[in-house]
Amino acid sequence: MSKVRVLVGTRKGAFVLTSDGKRDKWDVSGPHFAGWEIYHVKGSPVDPNRLYASQSSGWFGQVIQRSDDGGKSWEAVGNQFAYEGVPGTHQWYDGTAHPWEFKRVWHLEPSLTERETVYAGVEDAALFRSEDGGASWQELSGLRGHGSGPHWQPGAGGMCLHTIVQDPSDPGRMFIAISSAGAFRTDDGGKSWRAINQGLRSEHIPDPTAEVGHCVHRIAMHESRPEVLFMQKHWDVMRTDDAGESWKEVSGNLPTDFGFAIDVHAHEPETIYVVPIKSDSEHFPPEGKLRVYRSKTGGNEWEALTKGLPQKDCYVNVLRDAMAVDSMDSCGIYFGTTGGQVYASADAGDNWAPIVRDLPAVLSVEVQTLP
Amino acid sequence: MIRVLLPAHLRTLAKISGEVELEVAGQVTQRSVLDALEARYPVLRGTIRDHVTQERRAFLRFFACEEDLSHESPDAPLPDAVGLGKEPLLVVGAVAGGL
Repeated sequence: MSKVRVLVGTRKGAFVLTSDGKRDKWDVSGPHFAGWEIYHVKGSPVDPNRLYASQSSGWFGQVIQRSDDGGKSWEAVGNQFAYEGVPGTHQWYDGTAHPWEFKRVWHLEPSLTERETVYAGVEDAALFRSEDGGASWQELSGLRGHGSGPHWQPGAGGMCLHTIVQDPSDPGRMFIAISSAGAFRTDDGGKSWRAINQGLRSEHIPDPTAEVGHCVHRIAMHESRPEVLFMQKHWDVMRTDDAGESWKEVSGNLPTDFGFAIDVHAHEPETIYVVPIKSDSEHFPPEGKLRVYRSKTGGNEWEALTKGLPQKDCYVNVLRDAMAVDSMDSCGIYFGTTGGQVYASADAGDNWAPIVRDLPAVLSVEVQTLP
Repeated sequence: MIRVLLPAHLRTLAKISGEVELEVAGQVTQRSVLDALEARYPVLRGTIRDHVTQERRAFLRFFACEEDLSHESPDAPLPDAVGLGKEPLLVVGAVAGGL
């Protein structure tokens, strides 16, 4: 029977949760790297026992950890993220020029095809690649050199490159997203990039439809349809059917279209999930009810999923990297909260239960489906 | 033998228990001690001072002999008691509540 491994990054360490295919009993391992912020943990699709973790601290900076045994043991690898050339400036919150400074790695994305290749999205926004299992890192500087870089500005969480989506049908194509610059696409393996924000509308920038300046929170893709992307923006849930050439809003009947996380069912590419959050100034669910919303129509028509989730007095947040799906026959959906719970549904969202409930604030959740 | 005491998180990261004892060639300064420390424990590179600029990370301090040496030149000699191994160089994380 298949197994499921859930990789959880929190404010104070990493946790590895494992279960058999029934997904009703869970073993919790951790905290790994206790006391450190673990922004993200993710496994290689090529070798599922190869894991990477982003470990950071305001005191001690950035460390990258690697495991080759599914998280039982770890080895610190390279932690030097040097921008190529003179980094230049981006916009500060007040619009003044501010120098580019490396702060931390938000997201690690192992290659779909090469075991030793992994991408890192960092704050201040840039994309790095390692081709030696994380021992050394080189910036894909064509992104920051896109030309619009001096106009990028940080969101409340910092100017982070938080989303990296590889196209499984085209090794040269990749999508990334930056808060608060927007979405970008490369078609040549990261050498050159173009902004793909047409159709986004953001009222917090002087020109609401500008080429850049949009606070994209998360992008999700189903591997069978790499030209279709779903986006949770600061406000608005969006969709593109042409690889980002144009976006249209699919917020539909959501109670609020603010939120962070978004993901796609493993076997139904038109079934998508979001967790609506009240607003950008009130980072908790509307009415104190923690509800996942599911659309089986690729957006616009949404249903609330509530069974097993707290429906009163719940004021947690679900952050952008804190939702994932497994690929079991009955698709499992997982998300973590800033209250330290990780909720799972083994039936595509119909019923939920916490699989662990008193962790530090959850920053990220990834899931591996293992043979 | 130069003695260095690291914060708990860095001891864990480098798999160190207790104080580190280092042989330091030449003048005993912040720079020469940290160079020796990072040569012995490469995992500490970038955690105490910046990879490129070699500047002390903002939330770390260097103490020895009940003195704050954080703002001394990295090439200034450390107190004799540190050079003689009578006192450790303390790498201390700033006290902060935070998240």
